[in-house]
Amino acid sequence: MAREEHKLRLATCSLAGCFGCHMSFLDIDEWLFELDKFFTFDRSPFTDIKTLENADVGLIEGGLCNQENIEVLLDFRKNCKLLVSVGACAINGGVPALRNGFPVEDCLLEVYQNGVGLQGTVIPSGKELPSLLPKVLPVHELVKVDYFLPGCPPPAEAFIELLCAIRDNRAPEIAYEHRRFD
Amino acid sequence: MSGMKSAFSFDGIQIAFTSGQSIMQAVLDGGGYIPHLCYHPQLSVHGSCRLCMVKVGDRYLSACTTEAQNGMQVENQISELRELRLKLLEMLFAEGNHFCPSCELSGNCQLQALAYELGMTHSRFPLQYPTRKRDGSHATVFLDRDRCINCEICVRASRELDGKNVFSLSGRGSDTALQINSEDGRLGSTDLIATDSSARLCPVGALVFKQGNYAERPNERLYDTHIISETGNRRPAVVSGGYPELGE
Ligand code: SF4
Ligand code: SF4
Ligand code: FES
Repeated sequence: MAREEHKLRLATCSLAGCFGCHMSFLDIDEWLFELDKFFTFDRSPFTDIKTLENADVGLIEGGLCNQENIEVLLDFRKNCKLLVSVGACAINGGVPALRNGFPVEDCLLEVYQNGVGLQGTVIPSGKELPSLLPKVLPVHELVKVDYFLPGCPPPAEAFIELLCAIRDNRAPEIAYEHRRFD
Repeated sequence: MSGMKSAFSFDGIQIAFTSGQSIMQAVLDGGGYIPHLCYHPQLSVHGSCRLCMVKVGDRYLSACTTEAQNGMQVENQISELRELRLKLLEMLFAEGNHFCPSCELSGNCQLQALAYELGMTHSRFPLQYPTRKRDGSHATVFLDRDRCINCEICVRASRELDGKNVFSLSGRGSDTALQINSEDGRLGSTDLIATDSSARLCPVGALVFKQGNYAERPNERLYDTHIISETGNRRPAVVSGGYPELGE
């Protein structure tokens, strides 16, 4: 596929998120045609492209819960001119951060060994499995974030306003009814 | 001096007041609004949240603790106050655990509503993720200290409206925490009942009813569509156990 040089290159990823923000992004429905006039997708679950270089915009869903999240986030920051924290999890850890009140070991024991119906299953470990961070952290604890799009998930209208603002080189202004912490 | 009218200027509008009224009381009586979380018209004044800060001359004063004076020039809707209030809100969010997506009060929460109105998107302060105790020991009322902002409204409501003494704040500074005044420190061992004012005035989702939550769909809740400076601080009946509002 030839690169469309005149279009802004948009990358997205999901760290410790549930893909709900990506689903809400897709709720823009036919506005995808409008988006296609100005943006082209780079690394994203939408394209399945796995590497990233010189993107214009990176949308980050989810907070940081493991080492791989950190790697991916640093790669996005390095390769995106603008970085946007999308959704409650990216902004404050969200539901995954409910585990922050417990030691990681206790969480693993509960999930793999002591929980209801479990009989001493082994806690998975190995080089290919990213290790968990002691606490789930918001994205802006680690890197500079340019814009924040709150919501769980942010409504489609908020995505449209964000992308219009970036296209028009201005800061996004989310209408009152599209400001959401839930 | 009978016949002399007392008034002050509030963002350029003349607000009448009776002697002894605070700036807050006079403005609310006059149909205006100043952001607030720890003030409630039926309770004594606490003066702790500082969201009601207004500018009088070159001084910042909390509107709920400052008596109105004739000819005062009070500024409220100015960008420097917006920025200061935004920071206060961000600190409140950073200090507790506010996971709005799963909170019973989301959409009807006064803290969230103020954040919406001021356009808060995130907290610029490091999130503390404190470990605080929840209390599910009471038959109808649940206490989630993660969301408590130490406004002391429940403390005052219990003493001043209910004639009881169920709650208190203890500790200082960042160690301040809501305590239950019972032998075992649990809500279930107090004389709190569901109809008590203290159980239904909490501005956030720290004191919630166990039944009837999530009754409204997103987009249908009070602050989904209504700006708090237009509706005032309200805890609708739907999140107050179905009992009528004890509103302003
Ligand atoms: S109390 Fe308000 S701000 Fe806190 S989690 Fe609940 S809805 Fe959100
Ligand atoms: S429980 Fe609610 S009313 Fe009581 S101090 Fe905490 S936030 Fe205020
Ligand atoms: S409302 Fe005045 S200090 Fe809280």
